[in-house]
Amino acid sequence: MMSGTIVIKNGYVFDPLNEVNGDKMDIFIKDGKVVKELSGSEMKDAKEIDANGKTVMPGGVDSHSHIAGAKVNVGRMMRPEDSYKWARGKTPLTHSGSGYTVPSVYMEGYEYSQMGYTTVFEAAVPPMEARHTHEEMRSIPMLDMGGYLVLGNNWFMMRYLKDGDIDRAAAYVAWMMRTHKTYGIKCVNPAGVENWGWGKNISSLDETNIHFEITPREIIDGLTEINEMLGMPMSMHLHANNLGHPGCFETTKESLKLSRSVKAKQNMGVEWADTKMDLKRDQSVYLTHMQFNAFAGTSWRDFESGVKPLADYINNTDHVVIDSGCVPFGEATCMTGDGPSIHDVAVLTGSKWSNTDVEMECGAGVCPFTYLKSNPVHSTQWAMGLECLLLIDDPWKTIMTTDSPNGGPFTKYPLVMSWLMSEASREQTFSECHKWANDRSTLGGVDREMSMYDIAILTRANTAKTIGMAHRKGSFGAGADGDVTIYDIDPTKVDTRDFDNLIQKFSTAEYTIKDGNVVCHNGEITLVPDRRTYYVDVDVKDADEKDMLKDVQEWFRYYSLGFKHYPTPEKYLVNPTVIKVNAEK
Amino acid sequence: MAEVILTLNTGIDIKVEADLVTPDMFAGKNKSEIESLLVWQGPKQYPLSDFFDVEGEAGSSAEDTSIVVKGDVSRVKRIGEKMTAGKITIEGSVSMHVGTEMEGGEILVKGDADSWAGMEMKGGLLHITGNVKDHVGCAYRGKWLGMSGGRIVIDGNAMNNLGGGISGGEIIVGGNVGHYCGIRKNGGLIVVKGDAIRAVAAEMTAGTMVIGGHIEGFSPGFEYETNESDLTFDDLECPGEYMKFARDYAIAKKPKGIFYVNQDANRDL
Repeated sequence: MMSGTIVIKNGYVFDPLNEVNGDKMDIFIKDGKVVKELSGSEMKDAKEIDANGKTVMPGGVDSHSHIAGAKVNVGRMMRPEDSYKWARGKTPLTHSGSGYTVPSVYMEGYEYSQMGYTTVFEAAVPPMEARHTHEEMRSIPMLDMGGYLVLGNNWFMMRYLKDGDIDRAAAYVAWMMRTHKTYGIKCVNPAGVENWGWGKNISSLDETNIHFEITPREIIDGLTEINEMLGMPMSMHLHANNLGHPGCFETTKESLKLSRSVKAKQNMGVEWADTKMDLKRDQSVYLTHMQFNAFAGTSWRDFESGVKPLADYINNTDHVVIDSGCVPFGEATCMTGDGPSIHDVAVLTGSKWSNTDVEMECGAGVCPFTYLKSNPVHSTQWAMGLECLLLIDDPWKTIMTTDSPNGGPFTKYPLVMSWLMSEASREQTFSECHKWANDRSTLGGVDREMSMYDIAILTRANTAKTIGMAHRKGSFGAGADGDVTIYDIDPTKVDTRDFDNLIQKFSTAEYTIKDGNVVCHNGEITLVPDRRTYYVDVDVKDADEKDMLKDVQEWFRYYSLGFKHYPTPEKYLVNPTVIKVNAEK
Repeated sequence: MAEVILTLNTGIDIKVEADLVTPDMFAGKNKSEIESLLVWQGPKQYPLSDFFDVEGEAGSSAEDTSIVVKGDVSRVKRIGEKMTAGKITIEGSVSMHVGTEMEGGEILVKGDADSWAGMEMKGGLLHITGNVKDHVGCAYRGKWLGMSGGRIVIDGNAMNNLGGGISGGEIIVGGNVGHYCGIRKNGGLIVVKGDAIRAVAAEMTAGTMVIGGHIEGFSPGFEYETNESDLTFDDLECPGEYMKFARDYAIAKKPKGIFYVNQDANRDL
């Protein structure tokens, strides 16, 4: 039998990028890539799976999850209790592992694969921790990966943007992506994290920060402009200011408005899968964990959901895509580059807390958290996460996440899917949690129930499209990677009142197929496949790069490590896969 | 009540994880079914009969099942873990985690127990006639919520971190305790008839603590309220004159909880 060649027969296929909505059809994969058909002799050598009466989707793609790097590891170290009761044994094929909200690297790969995911992007890579992040990513089995570089409080970046030197700033971004083998621009609490070095934060878009005297507005503007100037695969990935504070939705709305007139301009030298829909991204800003950025009210006493006004704004424009940051209740570990917001969480809960200042680049914090159904604020947050996905009408503007492990671990995605698909499931949770969930949000009045097609958009098609991976992920277009999830769900007979069954079926895919090979079958890992790490190689003018490098080398004396030790060599990556950017002039 | 007798039949090098030795797991099983239950030893699993001779058979439910463990099981861990009913009698000393997370029923240890006895226990009775080591009724490392219900009785002494993070239930120690007794206590009752060493009830936010002996290094954050004599807590009596302290102000903003200290044994306070 040929490795990577497989036919999936008679399944109900959900492939939104090809506008296939539950049609009964066969999927052919040859040598790891989707093809239109196989020849008679190829069919003889191909593995065949009968998916009659089952749901077939492209492999799951997670565009925002914290699963590799320094802060994840700090979470593991400070939470022995997280591992004690959640462990898996070694098998002839797999490693042992442990951890519920912050699993060990092997466990992360296996658990994602069991749910049908094949691609996951790490949400925040501090430049100085890139090497550590890659060391973890190369140990995470089962998944294609990449990471976003944290640049919103970087000293060089802030200096260039303050001086209005966009060309050198762009050259710096390009050089940093190549140096750290990363994929996109992440901007966390711009200007505010730098202030946290002095025990302060920033609370509005026009407040200047200490020393650099730059405002969040200038940083967001600058990074968005550079992002589209270079033609990056994904939009600028924004974690807005003021996160986690009552009233922050206003700041978020102002921040989103900044990129309203910016046109998305992807410029990638890649082979595109053949699909019905245009695979190029439409949006110029990708707002992450919207729920945490959508708090309304003025204090915890009059706290309420601010999702509605944000959703209204997003419904009336076309430049924003969001991921939700849902809260499925239970154990979580808050971790973010937004140091001051994590400090607030630690003070609020009295929980243990870790804080890091990453020299001239950024910061981070970690704090365990338990979301309780009895707690009014937590219950409202549960409702808000779902509002983010249900109040925004066009599913192509939304992505389902839990900001894992901030709202809860990624293993709870099936629970979130059940709430999206079933009003009965939401009613059940309303009846178990604090009444604020109903009183302080609009979720109770929402009767929308998502279809399988919507779920495929939120967890595959739009995730891939948003981060610029749709050329090979998230569809069954010819030329796409042969990644498939088969759920044992008959989509023609879904009973949304039987949501426990949905949760169970989404938790354990019947088959997870990666590059045309079955890697997981009914929860059991059957093959540890090859995988790739994606990063961008951005072309900029030689002269700009030369000028920029002169500056960087001069300023580098303030770093605690030597310039030549700064880059992460390719040998730290498993199957480094370069995406050429800005090559077409 | 049907009785199953387990008699150790071998020496043990790597400690055995016997979390399957509970009335819940044995219930409804005959001798050979019990013999073939698999327990972990290091990275491998073996049938229970590799370590124990089994006599008798279990009752139809956990309530109807009594287990008697004979021989030196001081290298057998996790006996009675998560049990909900029935009885276990251990005729000798036992290793770590006896009665960890137990929810009901009764465990009697006729000897000493190692650390983590009754860790995060939720209900039932754990009675140890000898001494115990650290972390009795405590939260697991990194966690702040320990025992939440049930009763632990220790006739001898206990070492450090007894009742760490306890939020409910009772621990009664006949002898002395080591350091950090009742640290981060947020509920429940701890009564120590003997002496204690430093940081007793430190960071307490709720619950009741009684020390009948001398405290070496009394925590400075407590506020003296009044004297009370001859304390009683349901079936438990603590005769003598006690100084009543309240609230450790060292950390918590709004602390609660009561801390009784025997006056005669602590004239230095």
